[in-house]
Amino acid sequence: MSTAGATQPGLRAWLLASAPRSRWQARCGNAYLAWLKLSANPLAMAGLAIIVALLLVVIFAPLLAPGTPYGQNLLHRLEPPSAENWFGTDQLGRDIYTRVVHGAQLTLMIVVLVAILAAPTGLLIGTVAGYSGGIVDTVLMRITDVFLAFPRLVLALAFAAALGPGIENAVIAIALTSWPPYARVARAETLALRSSDFIAAARLQGASPARIVLRHIVPLCLSSVIIRVTLDMAGIILTAAGLGFLGLGAQPPLPEWGAMVAAGRDFILDNWWVATIPGIAIFIVSLGFNLLGDGLRDVLDPKQR
Amino acid sequence: MIDNATPLLTVDDLHVRFATRQGLIHAVRGVGFTVGREKLGIVGESGSGKSMTGRAILRLVPPPGSVTARRIDFSGTDLLGASERDMRQIRGKRISMVMQDPKFSLNPVMTIGRQIAEAYRANSGAPKAQARRRALEMLAAVRIRDPERVYGAYPHELSGGMGQRAMIAMMLIRDPDLLIADEPTSALDVTVQMQVLAIIDDLVAQRGMGLIFISHDLNLVASFCDRVLIMYAGRIVETCRAADLHNAQHPYTRGLLESLPRIDRPATELAVLRRDASWSLDTAEPRP
Amino acid sequence: MTELRNPVSAAPSRGAGAGLWLSKAANLIFSVLLTFVGLLVVTFLIGRVIPIDPVLAVVGDRALPDVYARVRQELALDEPLYYQFWLYVTKALHGDFGKSVITSRPVIEDILRYFPATIELATLATLLGVMIGVPAGVVAAKNQGRWPDQLVRLLGLIGYSVPVFWLGLVGLFVFYSKLGWVSGTGRLDVYYEDIVDPVTGMMLIDAALAREWDIFFNAISHLALPVSILGYYSLAYISRMTRSFMIEQLGQEYVTAARVKGLSELRVVWRHALGNAMLPLVTVIALSYASLLEGAVLTETVFAWPGLGRYITDSLFNADMNPVLGGTFVVGLAFIGLNLLSDVLYRVLDPRSR
Repeated sequence: MSTAGATQPGLRAWLLASAPRSRWQARCGNAYLAWLKLSANPLAMAGLAIIVALLLVVIFAPLLAPGTPYGQNLLHRLEPPSAENWFGTDQLGRDIYTRVVHGAQLTLMIVVLVAILAAPTGLLIGTVAGYSGGIVDTVLMRITDVFLAFPRLVLALAFAAALGPGIENAVIAIALTSWPPYARVARAETLALRSSDFIAAARLQGASPARIVLRHIVPLCLSSVIIRVTLDMAGIILTAAGLGFLGLGAQPPLPEWGAMVAAGRDFILDNWWVATIPGIAIFIVSLGFNLLGDGLRDVLDPKQR
Repeated sequence: MIDNATPLLTVDDLHVRFATRQGLIHAVRGVGFTVGREKLGIVGESGSGKSMTGRAILRLVPPPGSVTARRIDFSGTDLLGASERDMRQIRGKRISMVMQDPKFSLNPVMTIGRQIAEAYRANSGAPKAQARRRALEMLAAVRIRDPERVYGAYPHELSGGMGQRAMIAMMLIRDPDLLIADEPTSALDVTVQMQVLAIIDDLVAQRGMGLIFISHDLNLVASFCDRVLIMYAGRIVETCRAADLHNAQHPYTRGLLESLPRIDRPATELAVLRRDASWSLDTAEPRP
Repeated sequence: MTELRNPVSAAPSRGAGAGLWLSKAANLIFSVLLTFVGLLVVTFLIGRVIPIDPVLAVVGDRALPDVYARVRQELALDEPLYYQFWLYVTKALHGDFGKSVITSRPVIEDILRYFPATIELATLATLLGVMIGVPAGVVAAKNQGRWPDQLVRLLGLIGYSVPVFWLGLVGLFVFYSKLGWVSGTGRLDVYYEDIVDPVTGMMLIDAALAREWDIFFNAISHLALPVSILGYYSLAYISRMTRSFMIEQLGQEYVTAARVKGLSELRVVWRHALGNAMLPLVTVIALSYASLLEGAVLTETVFAWPGLGRYITDSLFNADMNPVLGGTFVVGLAFIGLNLLSDVLYRVLDPRSR
């Protein structure tokens, strides 16, 4: 109820108004309250910091590591960390620090692509199955169950084997194995919402099923799916790294972290840093997503602990 | 059977506080009363602190709650300062509690008989066969027609009334001196309520026990108990004998009485209880 | 004295109750069968998508044209897709997944040879996870907010974030190379291999049966590291879930009632609360076992463990698709089996669902 001034107290009061004047204001207010709650959780904030740091590293990679990740220098193979090479050099003399920094781009790209592919797919399948019921639901859920019946890495392996190595195929393979849990979550939410009064009201007003699903149900399932996706991201990163470790996924000389660990495997006894440091990078990023996901879950879905 | 001469339980200035993230919640504020071998009713609405009072006596207030008092004395034993070990000897054996809903207060994966026998063997080391016998006797004492069958049944297989009777059997099997009944009939059908109350009445009278009957139902308490305490916002606002309830002084009690519809005094409009902020105040404490 | 509801003494339509149970069981079996068929479909389709010529894979690239034609006919590659699928299904049901190019043995034979090694790992790791994870979760729930709780949560968090292959490598480096506490890769030291009769395929059992105690202890030394690592993941998951379930149970009324009876806190927590938490926990343990089958794939690569996971990945690198598909199918089957088992166990343990 404050003036549209630029003063902070004005904005804050607008966000926290107990009687918002528009849907937009209500949405912003809710988001703000959720943010307040999230920011009170130090672990979640640590996770967020890690992810923000990841984004910064990706964006500023050329600045942070000006060298090239592919520059071989066989005179300086397998050198330990030093002032010259902060993380040492690998078996082809390449600077590991530069490779780790540039590898962050690959990691982020894989995660984002998988999320973009898998989440809407799962959401759509789950909501359609939940809302339609009957034979559509049964068929879709059976398909989901089949995919859930495989351990993710094994199925991604089989797909990657069929499609061939390469980072795009790895993304597709992981996405193919990631959507089933999202579909499950979305379906569960949809089932709970399907018999609500407001859905009945929308139907009485003549809304088509497509409109009901897209405009009413999907937005409400969104938060559960987002939580699930965030919590899943660590698993996606680990699966991608696993595929990279096995030689599927990003091919050399791309500086994918999992592949780097594999490459360093033969030298682990005397040159531990080649394999160890990329692994630490994988660990930190996964940890960040896990912390943030936990925090988000506490904020958006307090029933779970 | 009123026997106020030798009080079983004396409570003096009892406070129960919860330190939550939203601030300090003062659930019970300076409650004091005595109970002898009689039936004392504690009446109040939700949030009045009546349940917490019962739990505080047994020192079963869940964290983050804290209990303080000037005195909680049970037949010469100091309950406030007693160690957890001592309290375990007292619970079940000397003071016991029947809870509201047997659906939740009975362990769902254990048979009824097992749970009752366990109560008998707690801290007593009695042999299994004897415990089984006593449990069957108790089940019969609460008027369950087929004790053997109920003994081997699981809680979800029993109706509400049966479950509550099993609960009573379980809590009285060691012959405590004082029973705290926390809304024992609130989860039951009306017809079953009377039966369960009758059982409680009989057993309490037979064994000469003291009874603290906690409820939100003023009518029920008035007809069942000897004395009544009315609680509001964590405080006792009225104490009187059940028979003298119609002469109650405090406006809250009067409001409660007047809002009860009576079949012999039909009114065109039901009276509504009007609350006064001053009832939740205490002259000894600063305004919240 | 009449009761409005008296299920115990009235015992209504017992027959109807049994009928309901039968239909539930039928439902379960039906959905499992459907998933099983789905598994076959997925592996079949993957097999048809691969860019490698399956005929060449069998005959090699120097085969004569009529050999090539004959094999092509054998594999029925010119027939319609549904016919090929039908062939595939019938063969699979007989355990015929084709031959492995590398080992020249039928895939099913290889699977039977290598699967027990994986099972040995997964079983021991799950045991470790349960024996440490469940008590840890209970202690964490009981001490919510204090250091045992924080520690358990921290361990769990790390377990969800650390890549298993990296942990395996680091573990080998530290505990084998630097400290020498455990043996290196493989199931046994080289000169112990092929001495013991593979009765069950599980080294500990076979060595004990043959009374070869040197081999037995050597096997333990080789098992120590991979089992510990997989076990860590198991206990991270199990302790987290145990904590969650225990917190839920400890807030229930029956727990307070148990305390009112004067029972010791030990009994209240371990007998009453954990007894109830065990129900969903059984499902969690089955799921943990299943996810260890997945983790084993990477662990076996690191530890040169001759299990199913390594069989699949080795075949993968050599473009040998039959083992990959057969192995994937078997793992999927194991998954289904474990889910079914946990379902059944839940029904058996929970008196409310009988």
